[in-house]
Amino acid sequence: MGTASLQRANVIGLQKIDYKGGDSTLCAGCGHDSIASQIITACYEMGVKPENVIKLSGIGCSSKSPAYFMNRAWGFNTLHGRMAAVATGALTANHKLIGIGVSGDGDTGSIGLGNFKHMVRRNVHMVYIIENNGVYGLTKGQFSATADVGQELKHAGKNELPPIDLCMEALVAECGFVARSFAGDPKQVVTLLKAALSHRGTAVIDIISPCVTFNNHDDSTKSYMWGKANDDRINDFTYVPHQEEIMVEYEEGEVKEVTLHDGSHIILKKLDSKHDPTDRAAAIKLLEEAREKQLFITGLLYVDNGRQNLAEHLRLGDTPLALMPLERLRPPRESLDKILDSMK
Amino acid sequence: MIASTQAGQQTGIYAASVREDALASRPPVINDFSISVATKNGSGSQTANTTLLRALFKMGIPVSGKNLFPSNIQGMPTWYTIRANKDGFIARKPHAEIVVAINPATAIEDYQSVEPGGFFMYADDIRLQMNRNDISHYPIPVKKLATENEKDPKLRTYVANMVYVGALAQLLGIDLADIESALLFHFKGKRKPVDSNMKVVRLAHQWAADNLIKTDPFRVQKMSATDGLIMIDGNTAGALGAIYGGVTFVAWYPITPATGLADALSHFLPRLRTDPDTGLPTYAILQAEDELGALGMVVGAGWAGARAMTSTSGPGISLMTEFTGLAYFAEVPAVVWDVQRMGPSTGMPTRVSQGDVLKVYFLGHGDAKHPCFLPGSVKECFEFGWRALDLAERLQTPVFVLSDLDLGMNQWMSEPFEYPDQPMQRGKVLTADDLKQLGGFARYKDVDGDGVGYRTLPGTDHPLAAYFTRGTGHNERAQLSERPEDWTSNMARLGRKFETARALMPKPVVQRVDGAEIGIISYGSADPAVEEARALLARAGIKASYLRLRALPLEQTTTEFIAAHRRCYVVELNTDAQMLQLLRLHAPEHATRLVAANYSDGLPLTAEWISTAIRSGEGSGEGSGEGLDKGPAI
Repeated sequence: MGTASLQRANVIGLQKIDYKGGDSTLCAGCGHDSIASQIITACYEMGVKPENVIKLSGIGCSSKSPAYFMNRAWGFNTLHGRMAAVATGALTANHKLIGIGVSGDGDTGSIGLGNFKHMVRRNVHMVYIIENNGVYGLTKGQFSATADVGQELKHAGKNELPPIDLCMEALVAECGFVARSFAGDPKQVVTLLKAALSHRGTAVIDIISPCVTFNNHDDSTKSYMWGKANDDRINDFTYVPHQEEIMVEYEEGEVKEVTLHDGSHIILKKLDSKHDPTDRAAAIKLLEEAREKQLFITGLLYVDNGRQNLAEHLRLGDTPLALMPLERLRPPRESLDKILDSMK
Repeated sequence: MIASTQAGQQTGIYAASVREDALASRPPVINDFSISVATKNGSGSQTANTTLLRALFKMGIPVSGKNLFPSNIQGMPTWYTIRANKDGFIARKPHAEIVVAINPATAIEDYQSVEPGGFFMYADDIRLQMNRNDISHYPIPVKKLATENEKDPKLRTYVANMVYVGALAQLLGIDLADIESALLFHFKGKRKPVDSNMKVVRLAHQWAADNLIKTDPFRVQKMSATDGLIMIDGNTAGALGAIYGGVTFVAWYPITPATGLADALSHFLPRLRTDPDTGLPTYAILQAEDELGALGMVVGAGWAGARAMTSTSGPGISLMTEFTGLAYFAEVPAVVWDVQRMGPSTGMPTRVSQGDVLKVYFLGHGDAKHPCFLPGSVKECFEFGWRALDLAERLQTPVFVLSDLDLGMNQWMSEPFEYPDQPMQRGKVLTADDLKQLGGFARYKDVDGDGVGYRTLPGTDHPLAAYFTRGTGHNERAQLSERPEDWTSNMARLGRKFETARALMPKPVVQRVDGAEIGIISYGSADPAVEEARALLARAGIKASYLRLRALPLEQTTTEFIAAHRRCYVVELNTDAQMLQLLRLHAPEHATRLVAANYSDGLPLTAEWISTAIRSGEGSGEGSGEGLDKGPAI
């Protein structure tokens, strides 16, 4: 980005630099960093006030991300798989806050699947981003629950189990905003993030975010063609090559094959205007068809702003519970006397 | 004993072989007995039992009621015990003098369990070999009276229980007006159910007067010992305490015996904490998907500035372990009620123990320890209910309240609770104005020397207000750090914070007896049994001082108490003598003075067991004291 854009103030008078986070400690070229940049861009361009933001995560590579954007927002790097629960509590305690959650496929698809689905079911008002790479990076390369059938990893071997599609899980839990994207498509990611930030319930964005280090085999079934043999495949986990972030540009309705760092391919298909994102059954059907063809549908799969969110369901008023004046919290002495009298 | 031969025929076997005339000449026993009612669960006997309990309470007689029930919805054996005692001793007795048998499945053991000199009242269709001549026998026509009075077969089972209420009222001399007022209490003033139940009570009362010849000595007489007192369970008391402590966020997952606490919150919060101006709640209560989620939500809410709590029991505590470790290290306020039940594993989930002491105190992973309240009465459940919320925020850490099934689910007499005598404490929270003056802050810096840093709440409108919360190593400025110096200085500060907790937690209650060489250390729901045991010991010439712990960590009062006695018996309701182990760690120089007096079979402790154990340890009374003085091996 140019210097000019850094200096331009947004609608609340902040510059883009006011949205920056700490330096990333993720592997160079990691898709997660690209997503962090797009969160910064989306919030800056929308004029989101950083002090009103809480950024939460679970545990894993993805969950380090909140440290890499918006230092002026409150971060909470919680437990593996439990960000959904912490976010539910925090955003009930103060429903005026803007919640951005960053999770991974292990976090959301395995250990935290239950908490994730219940958060969606409650319709907690927040953006829930899954940085999905189908692999456990921090523990050095095990399959996650989103890995494809037949996919092979150096140490984990071949995955024989069907993947969990987190967009499908969100849809069947009646999520009111379900989207999928690719970390290397910043334009789409930022557009979806802005839409998600405007949604009044749980907005789930599953972002395919390639792991540069551990998803390093050359025969991924994420492609309809086996990838070509890669002479540079990594056999030593202590060596992490420097990689460039993968970037793609493609149009609505277009199918795009993307070569990952290891030489394997994935196929993205960007939704076009023929898909009606208010039709939940159509979205489920689309995902099912995509599963059969082994391609990733990207774009806004489903949106429904009609469902009550949790704060509305709980009838939370103008004053957040966290900021409720103390005199409104302790009932008067007479009320206690009355209860005690009734127990005599 | 049955009056007419005709009625006697229904009772079958016992009448021919037993003569009770001799029993009838004993002097009366006034306001001193235990009743055990054996029924099936789900049969509506709770209404009958609590009616009896409250009728006695309304007559001014000290009472307690304990439900010994199975983990089941309907059809399994359940017992309700009521202890009435003019001297105010309300701990469980090993055997009841008055046994009411409605459940044929347990009738044999119920019959055998009657304390000699007591009486056995039973549904007259129970067929049983009855050959005891040391007790009185009263068959009652439960089915007949219920059928005559209730056409609806579904309701018949329920009103059938009122037959024994009416018959007991007649035999013991409980005023029917007190029964009626107890029913009015139970049905919250609704006339219709009260009338239909009273009809059966009156009929049974009349039937007993016409057909039973009283040969037992037990009588009630009005007293004034319960004047001004309330009767309540510990779960409701704890919930009320939390509400008057300003709880704003509750997340919980159903588990016996803690569910009643959340139920009471759900009942009272809408009544007490609906804002009169807006008509909106000043609280949120969420039933979580599991205990992981429950404490996760509480930690999120506490971090964001709510006064947040959860309630659970042993298995739920296990699932909360990881979040407890996080909240301890990330320093997030949270209140966790552990209403303890019998473990390990599912154990006996509807029975009581004090088996989570060690686990909760050290709950987490790596190094962790937590302030724990140990309520010994329903009054303390209320008091610690609000204090725990204050302390959690004052200390910015998870605070536990260790109640148990006996305290939590059973009915206890109590003096009315005292309204909190101090304003709510929100702890060290910096506002935007504070930050303008300070020009920033370091989240984990020990500014005041008490180990507790300053925090900000998300949403505070200042560019330097935010900080990053994490379970990973961090420095004073809440930045990720794996530097050894940062780690050790942070842990040292947490140590100072724990000393602050030690000073702020409630002190033990100490009763020193002049000339006593031995002491008793106990806590929680064991208290009534210990108090009664001391009376029994005094009668046997053994003086015993008493220290009742009210919190962890342990402190100097306890050390001094141990030092001042030749031997201290640690009375508790678990198998591993858990508090004894903590006491030995706390005062290793006095370790040999501490003697285990622990027992756990699923039932509340009795004074008889405690006094026997201590007499045995002191070389008087039965038993050699073998094993008492060692405590279990770890």
